[in-house]
Amino acid sequence: MNDWPLLSLTTFLPSLGALFILTIRGESEVVARNARAVALLTSIATFIVSLFIAVKFNSASPDFQFKETATWFPGTTISYAMGVDGISMWFVLLSTFLTPICILSAFGAVKTRVKEYMVCFLVLETMMVGMFCALDLVLFYIFFEAVLIPMFIIIGVWGGPRRVYAAFKFFLYTLLGSVLMLLAMLAMYFDAHTTDIPSLMAHSFPFALQLWLWLAFFASFAVKVPMWPVHTWLPDAHVEAPTAGSVILAGVLLKMGAYGFLRFSLPMLPDASVYFTPLVYTMSIVAVIYTSLVALVQEDMKKLIAYSSVAHMGYVTLGIFSMTTQGVEGAIFQMLSHGVVSGALFLCVGVVYDRMHTREIKRYGGLATRMPVYATVFMLFTMASVGLPGTSGFVGEFLVLLGSFQVNSWVAFFAATGLVLGAAYMLVLYRGVIFGRLVHEDLKTILDLDLREVAVFVPLVLIVIWMGVAPSAFMDPMHASVAKLIDNYELARAAHDGLSVAAR
Amino acid sequence: MIKTLDLVPVLPELFMAVTGLVLLMLGVFRKEDNTRPISVLVILVLAAALVLVSSLGSERHLAFDGLFVADRFAGFAKALILLASAVTCAMSLPFLEREKIARFEYPVLILFATLGMMMMVSANDFISLYLGLELQSLSLYVLAAYHRDNLRATEAGLKYFVLGALASGLLLYGTSLLYGFAGTTSFDSLANLFAGGHEHPVKPNMGVIAGLVFVLAGLSFKISAVPFHMWAPDVYEGAPTPVTSFFAVAPKIAALCLFVRVVTGPFADLLEQWRQVVEFIAVASMFVGAFAAVVQTNIKRLMAYSSIGHVGFVLVGIAAGSDLGIQGVLIYLAIYLFMNVGVFAVILSMRQKGRLVEGIDDLAGLSKTNPAMAFVMAVLMFSMAGVPPLAGFWGKFYVFMAAIEAHLYTLSILGVLSSVVSAYYYLRIIKIMYFDEATDSFDRPVGHSMALVMAVSTLVILAFTFVPAPLVTSAKAAAAVLFPGAG
Repeated sequence: MNDWPLLSLTTFLPSLGALFILTIRGESEVVARNARAVALLTSIATFIVSLFIAVKFNSASPDFQFKETATWFPGTTISYAMGVDGISMWFVLLSTFLTPICILSAFGAVKTRVKEYMVCFLVLETMMVGMFCALDLVLFYIFFEAVLIPMFIIIGVWGGPRRVYAAFKFFLYTLLGSVLMLLAMLAMYFDAHTTDIPSLMAHSFPFALQLWLWLAFFASFAVKVPMWPVHTWLPDAHVEAPTAGSVILAGVLLKMGAYGFLRFSLPMLPDASVYFTPLVYTMSIVAVIYTSLVALVQEDMKKLIAYSSVAHMGYVTLGIFSMTTQGVEGAIFQMLSHGVVSGALFLCVGVVYDRMHTREIKRYGGLATRMPVYATVFMLFTMASVGLPGTSGFVGEFLVLLGSFQVNSWVAFFAATGLVLGAAYMLVLYRGVIFGRLVHEDLKTILDLDLREVAVFVPLVLIVIWMGVAPSAFMDPMHASVAKLIDNYELARAAHDGLSVAAR
Repeated sequence: MIKTLDLVPVLPELFMAVTGLVLLMLGVFRKEDNTRPISVLVILVLAAALVLVSSLGSERHLAFDGLFVADRFAGFAKALILLASAVTCAMSLPFLEREKIARFEYPVLILFATLGMMMMVSANDFISLYLGLELQSLSLYVLAAYHRDNLRATEAGLKYFVLGALASGLLLYGTSLLYGFAGTTSFDSLANLFAGGHEHPVKPNMGVIAGLVFVLAGLSFKISAVPFHMWAPDVYEGAPTPVTSFFAVAPKIAALCLFVRVVTGPFADLLEQWRQVVEFIAVASMFVGAFAAVVQTNIKRLMAYSSIGHVGFVLVGIAAGSDLGIQGVLIYLAIYLFMNVGVFAVILSMRQKGRLVEGIDDLAGLSKTNPAMAFVMAVLMFSMAGVPPLAGFWGKFYVFMAAIEAHLYTLSILGVLSSVVSAYYYLRIIKIMYFDEATDSFDRPVGHSMALVMAVSTLVILAFTFVPAPLVTSAKAAAAVLFPGAG
């Protein structure tokens, strides 16, 4: 299958499954069972197809691979263009890896409107994969925005008590940022006369325009990452979303913003990126320290993990804007690791929530005696989140600190304090839930992980350890692309400096 | 010169006028109630007119000594208008019969109103413009008050008539000022004069500008742009729902195309002057449409504000004043047609125990009681909010693309911000349908014609992203004829 349009296949296969689910009719019990089965099979098939991308990927080449193009909007340069490089390939895999896990985890938790739930997740997968594959500005925007529709429905229909508020906040916050990005994209189109992403990376925009474009893109990506102070939608969305919704939200949707920085802000607007780097550093450090402190006082387990996500994404933005090889690769690695680890942590919360229907840390305690398997799994992911060597969390954070230390040692110093705080809040969470004495009456009959839940966690456990022990398997394919990114960036910087010297 | 030949371009209009008179006679002289056959005949006439319009070819034809023009732009607009009129006429019939207000005048009035709209988009002179506008408006006044035993409907009709007459007055006054300062009412001659092609070119002095502003004010009333929008919510709410659905689509499209025709025809070289006015009413319409809709509880009133907002977005495309902008306007209007027709098909199906309901809250839990209808409404609402990949996004995309090309940055930023506000109230409808608990379910079945309209409009809105080329290229060709110099 050499000439198969692998990317389009990966992108639209889930949607096909969704269409198929829509045709299922009959008794609600039967429909729910069939919908679950079809959704799981489709998402696993998609993951297998996406593995072909990874296998056939040429790590030595920094260019976009598996390219597909088709004319789309006549009279403009807007076309259907897909392709992946060493950076985006990993996010495609992350999306296709997490979706089957989410679907499997929802088998027990979601009991109402199962059919619609599965359709939403499959459509969401199409949008996520498409976004990471898009090589056309407008195509990217379509997928980027379209993610809002299924996510809005997922939070609003299957969410907690304040789901309506959370769904609206999530939708409107993100939309507000994105519409400004749309205008910036149009302005780029009229400056460069193309919407092709590789060509735009080669185009140099005038500095004054770059500043405005950068701010518009930042408005969208900063909300999505989310960076302090526009992160407030995230705790609400996470707390109210169903477990699988939180997993996708933390695992993939947050990466869209950081991916945007890597794909647009840095390569297309290098001078403006340098100009605004202090701003990004400041916001990232505040995010790391402030949200870690906030996480420390949370009583709701999901909220605590949500705030920890903001802090971890602070490392990511820090690494990206350090513009060193270690920093950028660390940021990408940290994103992948965070995608898996935070997703797993939300699933851990989901396990006890399904049993007790509360997420308050105080309501738990002493679970280690009744749920030894669960306690072990939870411990592994807690350690990964803290950044213990041997788990995936360590590699990313270490590389980011290494990268930022080369640029600015104070930045690295402040960022490192986040590690300490991170250990503090995660251990508080773990102690509160797992250790101590089993005092609550209703916990005395709680059951350990069942077979389905074990199946959900096994792939996550394996990948976290694999990433921690042998990170080079994950780093090698991204070297060439990151090197190209940094080379082009240095080149553009040199040209700009040369220009300003000449102007003097 | 013998002028018999130039009747060919007006063939669709002539055909409609003659059949309209015949159908009127038929209705009067036949004793029994014959709304249904006449409605069917009117739909057939509209369909035949559509065939005639599309058979005219793509050249620019003039008729009646240059008073009337048939070109690709007019053809595109007429196709939309005829389609909208035919569909709304078909949707009205079951409703009117159930409410026992079916009378044969209803379809005939729609036919005459449509004829007026066709004249409007083909106008090439302020005299023929006024003629078409009044034929349309007078038919609409009667339609608004069509449910004559209903207090709200008659109030709506009266309000519409009084304010509409005022707007016509403004338009006429503006035209007379223009005539006084330029000495002509012909679009071609006016364009020539302002372009400086004449031996005595007319400078844009105060008189001309005052005339221009009055004309724009009169037209803004017809498209219900802020600050001339006050009639719209009351008329939309008061008029019988089928009439509202008619008002929301065909006359809007006709008046906006007329607006385009006027600003790109006679006033093409006064771009600097009219752009300020259009920018202001665009921003005002988008914001009033967005903020006022947030607090509405009646779905027809909500749709009135929603259409005010949409008019604002269309005006953004007009303000760009380029072929790309007009292309965007036409794409927007075509998509607007399908969205609105679909939404009104849903609104017309909102009945509980044989009684009409119009509250937004009556939609509560629709996703459980009627999932198909809820899905249709959700798709249309996301589309109206401009969320990709639905068609509504592309309408906005094209008008903002034109605005950015014309360097109208402030206007664009204000526009997209207002679209975020408007997203709120569209989402609110989705929230009510999907997140809230069900109250009473709507009566079933919804009827074949309604189900068909819902299905087709939803399909168009979903499919546009995948096959955009036909609409985009035909809109481009239609827009190009207004800018002969550019191509």
